Amino acid sequence: MTNSDYITGTYTLGDLEIPRVETRWSATDLWGTLKVRWSFGRMDYKVKPGLYAVGSPDRQSLVFVSANYKLSFDHLRRALEGMNAWILVINTRGINVWCAAGKGIFSTKEVVRRIRIDHLDQVVDHRRLILPQLSATGVAAHQVQKMTGFSVLFGPVKAVDIKAFVESGLKATEPMRMVTFPLKERLKVIPVDIFYGTHYLILIPALFFLLSGLSSGGYSFDRTLQHGWNPVVNLFAGYLTGCVVTPALLPWIPFRRFSLKGLLMGFLTATLLLITGSFGTNPLEILAWFLMTAGLSSFMAMNFTGSSTFTSISGVQKEMKVALPVQIALVAVGLALWIASLFITL
Amino acid sequence: MNGFVYLPDVVTLELDAAKCNGCRMCTRVCPHAVFEIRDRKAFIRNRDHCMECGACALNCVTGAITVRSGVGCAAGILNGLIRGTEPTCDCSSSGSCC
Repeated sequence: MTNSDYITGTYTLGDLEIPRVETRWSATDLWGTLKVRWSFGRMDYKVKPGLYAVGSPDRQSLVFVSANYKLSFDHLRRALEGMNAWILVINTRGINVWCAAGKGIFSTKEVVRRIRIDHLDQVVDHRRLILPQLSATGVAAHQVQKMTGFSVLFGPVKAVDIKAFVESGLKATEPMRMVTFPLKERLKVIPVDIFYGTHYLILIPALFFLLSGLSSGGYSFDRTLQHGWNPVVNLFAGYLTGCVVTPALLPWIPFRRFSLKGLLMGFLTATLLLITGSFGTNPLEILAWFLMTAGLSSFMAMNFTGSSTFTSISGVQKEMKVALPVQIALVAVGLALWIASLFITL
Repeated sequence: MNGFVYLPDVVTLELDAAKCNGCRMCTRVCPHAVFEIRDRKAFIRNRDHCMECGACALNCVTGAITVRSGVGCAAGILNGLIRGTEPTCDCSSSGSCC
């Protein structure tokens, strides 16, 4: 269960008792953020849904709605530093705002349900909610109003712009409404993709390592120790080229298709590995690794469409229709050639 | 827009200007500034910037906007292919999601 030391006490308004939250991040919050960014405990980083007080809000104070992924909640409460406001956390099963909205979990129904459970109409006198803009994928503002009387105002995309949004009379400028994807943001989401391969990240390299002891003369463990490390290096190089290097350099690599960007970078990595001798000297083996490195990199780069902020489902489907068979063929042919190269020296 | 535009001419976004009441909601919810208001009606100015998130269509009171929305995510589409379902980044079973 997620530590809840961000609750500093109980705030009393009339006969209401509401947990009050700290706006500054503690060391625990920072550590938690770091962990989930690296994919540890990401699926269980939750805040209890419900109403929270920031500062000393009254019946006129603004109400901000958030997902119950703790990272979403943390960014919101930090952005409200120095303000008196309410936070209404809805149950998104621990998923962030945009993804939850895309899945229909951060939904009209859930917002309406939460307003009723927490009797928001008895807490505040006004009838206005501020929702993160990206929740609009799951929340129909006019429906919420129809069902609860609360009008929904979509705030900025990023919590960090909330202060400016409030100070300008609840108006978001166009930059506040835009989703961007600069290097800094890309680096934040890359680590999670590194763990895409889960246990196969150990299993498959281990298998290659062991198989490399095979030759026409039978199996030799000395041979494994001598040749087994190169495949491990090659596999990780191809994988990381696709899920780290390509995403980091995304806008500077030619092509629009992520799979092509990954393929190109995969070939570059393969060339480097060839020069360093990691592909060995057998032409069959060299060809095998060129194909596998490129295929692997292309697949992982394509996978990054899920972390990116601008790819459409129609586009990804169009891209995959061609790319997936090619990637499978590259890796399959590469694998066959590599196994052949253990026994045949050209 | 930061050099990030995905494939051209693929998105399913459609706007029926005749139904538009000029409420501007689409300009507020779109994360890629696809819409602008011209002559008090919504107008698609950057079609290829659309990522089919569906926020505009869901928040269009008059139903003037339609789009086949869904996850623009290869892993999600692969998930759907393997299970024979619609593209899904189902978190509950796979243990990972966006």
